[in-house]
Amino acid sequence: MSATGIGAAVRRKEDQRFITGSGNYTSDITRPGEVRAYFVRSPHAHATIKKVNTKAAEKMPGVVAVLTGADLANDKIGGLICGWAITSKDGTPMKMGAHPAVAADKVRCVGDAVAVVLAETLRQARDAAEAVEVDYGVLPSVVDPAKAAAKGAPQIHDVAPNNMIYDWHLGDKAATDAAFASAKHVTKLDIINNRLVPNAMEPRAAIAEYDQGNDALTLWNTSQNPHVARLVISAFVGMAPEHKLRVIAPDVGGGFGSKIFIYPEEVVALWAARRVKRPVKWVSDRSEAFLTDAHGRDHVTKAELALDANHKITGLRVHTIANIGAYMSTFSSSVPTYLYATLLSGQYAIPAIYAEVDAVYTNTAPVDAYRGAGRPEATFVVERLVEVAARELGVDPAELRRKNFVKSFPHQTPVIMAYDAGDYDASLTKAMNMIDYKNFGQRKAASEKNGKLRGIGFSTYIEACGIAPSQAVGSLGAGVGLWESAEVRVNPTGSVEILTGSHSHGQGHETTFAQLVSDRLGVPIETVSIVHGDTDKVQFGMGTYGSRSGAVGMSAIVKALDKIEAKAKKVAGYMMEASGDDIEFKDGKFTVKGTDKSVGWGDVTLNAYIAHKFTGGQLEPGLKEGAFYDPTNFTFPAGCHIAEVEIDPETGKTTIANWVAVDDFGNIINPMIVEGQVHGGIAQGVGQALLEGAHYNSDGQLVTGSFMDYAMPRAADLPSFKVDTTLTPCPSNPLGIKGCGEAGAIASPAALINAITNAVGHENVPMPATPSTVWKAAQGGMKKAAE
Amino acid sequence: MPNVTITVNGKSHTVDVAPETLLVELLREKLRLTGTHVGCDTSQCGACVVHVDGAAVKSCTMLAMTADGAKVTTIEGLANGSALHPMQEAFREHHGLQCGFCTPGMIMSAVDIVNRKGSELDEHTIREELEGNICRCTGYHNIVKAVAAGAKAMKGGAKPARAAE
Amino acid sequence: MYAFTYERPKNVDDAVKLLKKADDAKLLAGGQTLLPAMKLRLASPGTIVDLSGIKGLSGIKASSKAVVIGALTKHVEVMNSAEVQKSLPALAHLASVIGDPAVRNRGTIGGSLANNDPSADYPAAALGLGATIKTNKREIEADKFFKGLFETALGADEIIESVSFPVPEKAGYEKFRNPASRFALVGVFVSKGKDGARVAVTGAGESGVFRVKEMEAALGKDFSAKAIEGIKVPAKGMIADLHGTAEYRAHLIGVLARRAVAAAK
Repeated sequence: MSATGIGAAVRRKEDQRFITGSGNYTSDITRPGEVRAYFVRSPHAHATIKKVNTKAAEKMPGVVAVLTGADLANDKIGGLICGWAITSKDGTPMKMGAHPAVAADKVRCVGDAVAVVLAETLRQARDAAEAVEVDYGVLPSVVDPAKAAAKGAPQIHDVAPNNMIYDWHLGDKAATDAAFASAKHVTKLDIINNRLVPNAMEPRAAIAEYDQGNDALTLWNTSQNPHVARLVISAFVGMAPEHKLRVIAPDVGGGFGSKIFIYPEEVVALWAARRVKRPVKWVSDRSEAFLTDAHGRDHVTKAELALDANHKITGLRVHTIANIGAYMSTFSSSVPTYLYATLLSGQYAIPAIYAEVDAVYTNTAPVDAYRGAGRPEATFVVERLVEVAARELGVDPAELRRKNFVKSFPHQTPVIMAYDAGDYDASLTKAMNMIDYKNFGQRKAASEKNGKLRGIGFSTYIEACGIAPSQAVGSLGAGVGLWESAEVRVNPTGSVEILTGSHSHGQGHETTFAQLVSDRLGVPIETVSIVHGDTDKVQFGMGTYGSRSGAVGMSAIVKALDKIEAKAKKVAGYMMEASGDDIEFKDGKFTVKGTDKSVGWGDVTLNAYIAHKFTGGQLEPGLKEGAFYDPTNFTFPAGCHIAEVEIDPETGKTTIANWVAVDDFGNIINPMIVEGQVHGGIAQGVGQALLEGAHYNSDGQLVTGSFMDYAMPRAADLPSFKVDTTLTPCPSNPLGIKGCGEAGAIASPAALINAITNAVGHENVPMPATPSTVWKAAQGGMKKAAE
Repeated sequence: MPNVTITVNGKSHTVDVAPETLLVELLREKLRLTGTHVGCDTSQCGACVVHVDGAAVKSCTMLAMTADGAKVTTIEGLANGSALHPMQEAFREHHGLQCGFCTPGMIMSAVDIVNRKGSELDEHTIREELEGNICRCTGYHNIVKAVAAGAKAMKGGAKPARAAE
Repeated sequence: MYAFTYERPKNVDDAVKLLKKADDAKLLAGGQTLLPAMKLRLASPGTIVDLSGIKGLSGIKASSKAVVIGALTKHVEVMNSAEVQKSLPALAHLASVIGDPAVRNRGTIGGSLANNDPSADYPAAALGLGATIKTNKREIEADKFFKGLFETALGADEIIESVSFPVPEKAGYEKFRNPASRFALVGVFVSKGKDGARVAVTGAGESGVFRVKEMEAALGKDFSAKAIEGIKVPAKGMIADLHGTAEYRAHLIGVLARRAVAAAK
């Protein structure tokens, strides 16, 4: 392993600009002549718009224009769409309501845009926004997904009777019912997977500029996938032809899924820029972000696990109501279906699984993918069920897991997925050793002596990443292919530019992708640069989400590098008067097999361009290759997290005493970055389990609308984590990579709630397990113990 | 429009500002020092932390007018030319950042912690002292390591943080 | 923020004149509460009278009888003051758990008391020690100063100049933070002085900071955690929200009061 190659903990190349304050985030950009946009947003969860009077606002100082939903409709700007078609049990397609970027007739959640003010300064725009008079006809609203489809619930979109978008299912109902009928033991749980606000630290932003001379638009935005944004805004919104629209996602301050989606504000910025012929800049406030960023999770689930007399799991049955919010966000439909139910087998060999999912509209912000997207929800269901089953059966939760693990591969689950490789026993055993499981009893006794409760909880999770084979996802309803592209441009002097369709917003691609190139071409890592996030530079790409940039994005680079190597060998062959087939390439040197004749990388790259050693008929000059890589399977990262907590029963405060994570991510390019991803994922999972919960009151007002009420994890809420790995290389991609971005968030909530319920002695601890909640639970637990 | 005279990263500026201008707006919009970020509107996230007369301050919660006559150091002024401040170096070395958005405020707060608490910082102290800085990427694990290491390095004869102010 | 007129007087008299001149003027001290409220447009004063230009309103003087703290003294100065740490360590501790370091570098004791946020820390110390608030006009006992949520006895043209805390035999402060805002979900300040014991609670009361007389009576006889073990604070009148029910807050008062007494120095 070289110091900068695959497997080395190379310090990040991108850090220089971030630690010196030289990053270039969207909100850092100003364009000459720009105006600021401020949205007038609905204070009501559900209301008709009777009238919007913009006259007073238009006369305010600095105001350039006030635009409404009616203006948008007049200009024939199309609505936003969800790009994954889900079919209900009865074969009918999902019922997608219209989603105009600015509401014209009706608002469906608090924060829905009803007008936008453009003014010389932000304060002028905001002042004028307050002068826009909107006459609302307030309607009853519903925010609870469990009540959305009930008789008499307010109807949110006409196309979706009873607010039902789809009722979908997966698995074999008859076989599963049979498994339960003959079960020796059944464990049942009612689970609410709490609604979360992603809260990337950089709020969303958009700047749009119109070039009159070329009738072209440029959008700078906080996007995880600028090409998909361009495609949707062009093909569905109809803003401009694809070749007349450039989307640039510069430095992006975290995404966690919430910046995958195409949002109304970027559509409005483009439309408004063309209308007023000036650049338009919009930067979200945090308060605005709470109301308008897509939220995550929000499932209400009934789950059951069937076991036989030997404690083998024989069946799993799940019914989930998924809250989609007021509109179907870009990938919202796929999250509670193909990203959720397909993972319900967990790490276990379960012969029969049946899952039903009802997706409903409510008068809340749209819900879509948030770090893990469906897989944390699935893992929470499975890992809570297994832990509770072990407690009910009086067996060690680790042993119950071990008994039911999938042990041979490939393994076909009853819910689509074919697991390709793994060693679940290895990660469980390693994690148990790391946390010193056998001496937990002593630690618990010591805590009790100090008046504290102590608990331990497991989560042996699996996820499907690297999404995914285009043909497979196409057959499941995806509107796009999920390949990735790469282009390798080698300059005459030997430096290398990698153009990738992946997008880095914290993941460190500028380093890991360069490590791959440095390793493969034997060139110094400093001579490699990674270009991403600009549709004018990179031809096309699918972006970064679903832990796919390593497994899919880097595989595309490998494929392009294969072509570069082949071409470079030909150039070297002409230089050394040998056949390209006789050239060996190693450590940046081209050698004629069996001789000591060799030329270096820089000589070859220069000769590729000066083209003095070959004719155009023999070989094209230049050294630039592209590739599209379409995966052959999902990847299946898996592992074991164990949480150990201490609880103060008097206050209900939970302290994480120990956290161990052992993950199998396949081969690893940069262990430092991978560990960082695990840390961050765990913190978000701990946030879900202990601190975070988006809460709407019955009027549809978001009660947790700022950091004052929405508890973000702080440094003192978390411990240092003990992180390690096991390794089974992924067989389906050239690098053997599985992906690591979401694992922590997927595994950790179940581990933590298993630990807390273990400590308090009963299972009814909802998330977030705030001190108040845990205190109440601890009272119940102590009462139970005293009985 | 009133004006303020303010020394930022060793350079004096006299700038016309509306009274409602926040210090962070003065820095980002008037002086184009965009390293100082805004991540919330309730004075909690700490992405906007700068040093005012040597002390860490949330620049989103101070009027530019109040800073009249003050000496301000931002993330852009922390390095000594091309030589990084030891705390900056420590954040890179220990992978104390991912998306980079909270990083400027995090580093400015970290330097302030060392200024107040010295260079031998235990994990508990660092975590408590980072109360006012929210990071969504790192889980704080590596930030804590970076601050501890940066603190030690600051003692080792590196440029004191306030020299630029 | 809405537009406003900005004034930075050099002395208290000028500040008072400015307050009198404008009917919607607000004093700006450290700004750690007022500015966030203005940013969210929840407060919209027409004039801001920035007190930061006034000399002589900050500083700490301690005698064996009292610790007197100037209104513009920052939390960081109180927590780090050797004199406060020696005479009134509970107050230094309280200052050290307000907000976060950057907030403590700006926020002032006068601002905190004048704002009387129901979850702020200083009101608990003022009430829990029987402090006297000195303004440009008069001296006000803490018991008569706090008038409910964000309400105080201060007149429209009245400015806090200093706060005098009598030095107790013993005092302690325990704060249980709201997991989101990190303000006090409940904070309890206890003290034992020559006139008996005081127990003041912040964060919990629907009408702001309040005293728990039953605990005070018990602690007056026996200043020990055990003495108040059986005393239950009723849930009626307690704040109930997403972060804690009224019952939970009432329960926490007992827990924190006992811990504060046990830790009192």
